[in-house]
Amino acid sequence: MNRIEGRVKVTGLATYAAEYPVEGVTYAYPVQSQVAKGRIARVDDREALAMPGVLAVLSSERPPELAPEAEGELALFQSREVAYRGQIVAAVVADTYENARAAAAVVRVEYQPQAHDVHLSTEHPGLYRPKTVNPGFPTDTGHGDVEAGLAAAATTIDVTYTTPVLHNNPMEPHASLAYWDDLGRLMVYDASQGATSGRDIIARTFGLPRDAVRVVARHVGGGFGSKGTTRPQAVLAAMAAREVGRPVKIALTRHQMYDVTGYRTPTIQRLRLGADADGRLTALEHVAYEQSSTVEEFAEQTAVPGRVMYGTPALRTAHRLVRLDVATPSWMRAPGECPGMYALESAMDELAYAAGLDPVELRVLNDPETEPGSGRPFSSRNLVGCLREGARRFDWERRDPQPGVRRDGEWLIGTGVAASTYPARRMPSKAVVAAQDGEFLVQIAAADIGTGARTVLTKIAAETLGVAPDQVHVEIGDSDLPDAFLAGGSMGTASWGSAVFRACEDFQRDGKEGHADTAEEIAKDAELARHAFGAQFAEVRVNAVTGEVRVSRLLGVFAAGHIMDATLARSQFIGGMTMGLGMALMEETYTDEEFGGFLRRDLAQYHIPANADVPNLEAVWLEEEDEELNPMGSKGIGEIGIVGTAAAIGNAVFHAAGHRVRDLPITPAKILMPRF
Amino acid sequence: MKQFEYARAASPADAVRRFEPGTMYLGGGTNLVDLMRLGVAQPDRLVDVSHLPLDAIEQDGDRLRIGAAVRNTDLAAHPLVRVRYPMLARAVLAGASGQVRNMATIGGNLLQRTRCGYYQDVTRPCNKRRPGSGCPAIEGDHGNLAILGASDSCVATHPSDMAVALAALGAEVHVTGPGGDRVIPMPGLHRLPGDTPERDTVLEPGDLITAVELPAPPPGPSIYRKVRERASFAFALVSIAAALDLRDGVVRDCRIALGGVAHVPWRAERAEQALIGGQATGEAFLAAAEAELELARPLPRNAFKVPLARNLIVRTLEELAS
Ligand SMILES: Cc1cc2nc3c(=O)[nH]c(=O)nc-3n(C[C@H](O)[C@H](O)[C@H](O)COP(=O)(O)OP(=O)(O)OC[C@H]3O[C@@H](n4cnc5c(N)ncnc54)[C@H](O)[C@@H]3O)c2cc1C
Ligand code: SF4
Repeated sequence: MNRIEGRVKVTGLATYAAEYPVEGVTYAYPVQSQVAKGRIARVDDREALAMPGVLAVLSSERPPELAPEAEGELALFQSREVAYRGQIVAAVVADTYENARAAAAVVRVEYQPQAHDVHLSTEHPGLYRPKTVNPGFPTDTGHGDVEAGLAAAATTIDVTYTTPVLHNNPMEPHASLAYWDDLGRLMVYDASQGATSGRDIIARTFGLPRDAVRVVARHVGGGFGSKGTTRPQAVLAAMAAREVGRPVKIALTRHQMYDVTGYRTPTIQRLRLGADADGRLTALEHVAYEQSSTVEEFAEQTAVPGRVMYGTPALRTAHRLVRLDVATPSWMRAPGECPGMYALESAMDELAYAAGLDPVELRVLNDPETEPGSGRPFSSRNLVGCLREGARRFDWERRDPQPGVRRDGEWLIGTGVAASTYPARRMPSKAVVAAQDGEFLVQIAAADIGTGARTVLTKIAAETLGVAPDQVHVEIGDSDLPDAFLAGGSMGTASWGSAVFRACEDFQRDGKEGHADTAEEIAKDAELARHAFGAQFAEVRVNAVTGEVRVSRLLGVFAAGHIMDATLARSQFIGGMTMGLGMALMEETYTDEEFGGFLRRDLAQYHIPANADVPNLEAVWLEEEDEELNPMGSKGIGEIGIVGTAAAIGNAVFHAAGHRVRDLPITPAKILMPRF
Repeated sequence: MKQFEYARAASPADAVRRFEPGTMYLGGGTNLVDLMRLGVAQPDRLVDVSHLPLDAIEQDGDRLRIGAAVRNTDLAAHPLVRVRYPMLARAVLAGASGQVRNMATIGGNLLQRTRCGYYQDVTRPCNKRRPGSGCPAIEGDHGNLAILGASDSCVATHPSDMAVALAALGAEVHVTGPGGDRVIPMPGLHRLPGDTPERDTVLEPGDLITAVELPAPPPGPSIYRKVRERASFAFALVSIAAALDLRDGVVRDCRIALGGVAHVPWRAERAEQALIGGQATGEAFLAAAEAELELARPLPRNAFKVPLARNLIVRTLEELAS
């Protein structure tokens, strides 16, 4: 199905957070810390306040009141401590954006700077074991004896991979527009992945009852997780609006987005694998080292894929975190699975080579009966089918495993495979359906962040009601609508779709109105392991003269339950794969060890794939029937596409060039240096 | 962004007359306006020279004169450029994106500033932006900075692709200014950083580029090749513009210029000298490349540019010779 809002988007009529016409609007511009650690001695705002159009300067000098529950990055100006370079330490509100920006430049912040530490290493004395990792998984797990498994193995590998700081780059910058009405109700137009959760967070931060806050996010230009939880600009807009008694708008610049809207933690991951003479795993150990800020703990669940992927008598997965003088990492497409599967699936390839086995066969051989970490049965699992179908389409049978031998002029050619996985979960949501002038109005506070959520919900409602999609109107993106889970964890469609489906069922009872709240239904879901799986195959060309790597073909085969709409699904899969290609070959934010903060904070320096980088990208799927998921029988597909891509490409680079790069991104420098 | 005045110049002389301290000429604005937004450039007034009648490409005997206001797109598409100076057309097309090239002018392209990340960030030190403040790139993010001709003050690179081809072609840059008219042969327009990295070129305040004149194309085939980690819309890690004229296996003439390696489009004169008059063999190409790169002073994160530049020189010459 084509996007319902496609036309309003391409004609510029779709309204994004910063675009709502609000009378008397004013503008806030943040002042960011220029030290990486220290204490604010004084904020001198006199010159700024004297500038034309300036209405207020907010800072820790006179901390605007927030509730004691205000937390972490949202507790703006509540403390004088600077936790990282780029942190918001003050803000100017003025009649125009230009005036606010000009005045922000003359706010003088005096610091008592302290020595900073922004360097992640496996030797860091501050490494610790967080209580849990996101979103509540145990930090360390295991069974069996890894050392014994390794000792008994015919083949072992012990390898370390690193991934850099990565940033989401949604097209729409983070923006918020807030105002308070006469009754003290707060209205926030926000670039947000969840109106309900956004409302709750903002209400908690300001100590307001939930029904005193309304968050509207009808159109969101991408998020990938960076708009998943409320970001500081929304709190700042609301705070500033209260201060000046007028609506306040903030649209972050791309540079500011790099500083204050979260990023994927860099990781260092050590993998130790052992296999017996037949290739069956005897041990699997995955330890991930990562960072968080001193503001709050964010523990990416990088080592969790080992709990899902392969059967082994001895398993250990562990996470270690260090709190550095950096911004708080946050959600980025497939947090955990994406970096974790890069390492695990690269290591599986290394193990296949070490054991003299085909990497597809090695994975098939170790496909488990039940979920290795929990022992639970899978609701469905078709990794083997994906591998086989991909192998067939990629002519894998005729592949010569020998690395570094295929050449086309300057180009060395290689192929690689990796598996993908992502949990298939759902969360409670509510929905309402009503008849309206012969049409059907569906209401739910879901979010369409460019994924096609509005469209697929229309389709679900139309199919359930047995009417044509153009008779169904789906209203989303507003916290005044029935509460819904946010667009995250690939749970959107499963969560909202369940509620819409049930509401439509309920509607059919009297043909007037239908209500649903899926909390009870979901609480009764059986204890099963629910995951989508996939296999990605890459063909790469590595230039022997220049070290350039080009991906000449990328194929993803996914088993993700019932695919509800081919057009929408394809764009999710290939979007994820494209982002995975960026991770493999080019994406990297540079941590400035000397001054703290990040460098390369724009799209000229932080490279994401251009069209020319993805000439041949293909996503296909195997239909799965799984009754244990939700009424649609679907698994989330927003994130699985990015999982495994970097490993497939890295494995193909090894096959092409004959040496392994274990440090992303795989740039020409890393290809060339070991060759010469 | 600082407030500024804007004026459109009526003629080159008018532009120069309007110039006073704090003035900057505005071409397509694709670099200057970005730098103004970042607070790196803070002109009091802009004199727009993109609408001057300097937008023609004219043949003059076996020479070609390109007006400074010609758009990059138009230069690359011009039949005479494509047929006689294919290296130049390719270099221009290898740069930026279609949209940027539609706006960018020849004058602006030559005078675009470095892409060094510290230079673009006013909250960090940088000798080029704030003389005497230091060069954090030397210890920091220098992965795409210079290996040749850099100094302890600055290791920036000049990012233009077009300028590399112009350096190889021996183009002449025509300038008018408060001190009168001048002609500056490429690669002499740009200068090495030394201890005054704030100066990119030999131009004096108020100097306006009016045209670029190309001498007759070098005999023999030519190539422009650009290496980058993504397939388009990225600045060069290293690029090469080269032409080779052979007679009976002997090198009669040879032009080699490198991009992405220095504060200037780097004319590889040592390599050229090593080759001219000698046999065009693989060993000779390698020896020439190595002679040039003996001058390289790489830093830890850009050391890969040395083998990359060497490979590119050798491979490009091999291709030209075959
Ligand atoms: C995202 C991005 C990617 C890019 N990638 C590449 C790339 O891969 N390769 C590449 O080569 N370039 C690249 N560019 C740079 C682009 O080529 C330059 O921005 C462009 O050529 C500048 O031309 P302009 O006319 O817009 O110059 P302006 O921005 O108008 O001016 C640049 C400078 O030249 C001065 N100036 C302009 N005209 C004259 C004149 N006639 N006389 C004297 N001074 C003058 C201005 O005062 C200013 O200092 C990229 C740019 C962007 C934004
Ligand atoms: S290399 Fe040059 S431009 Fe970059 S920081 Fe150093 S002085 Fe500045």
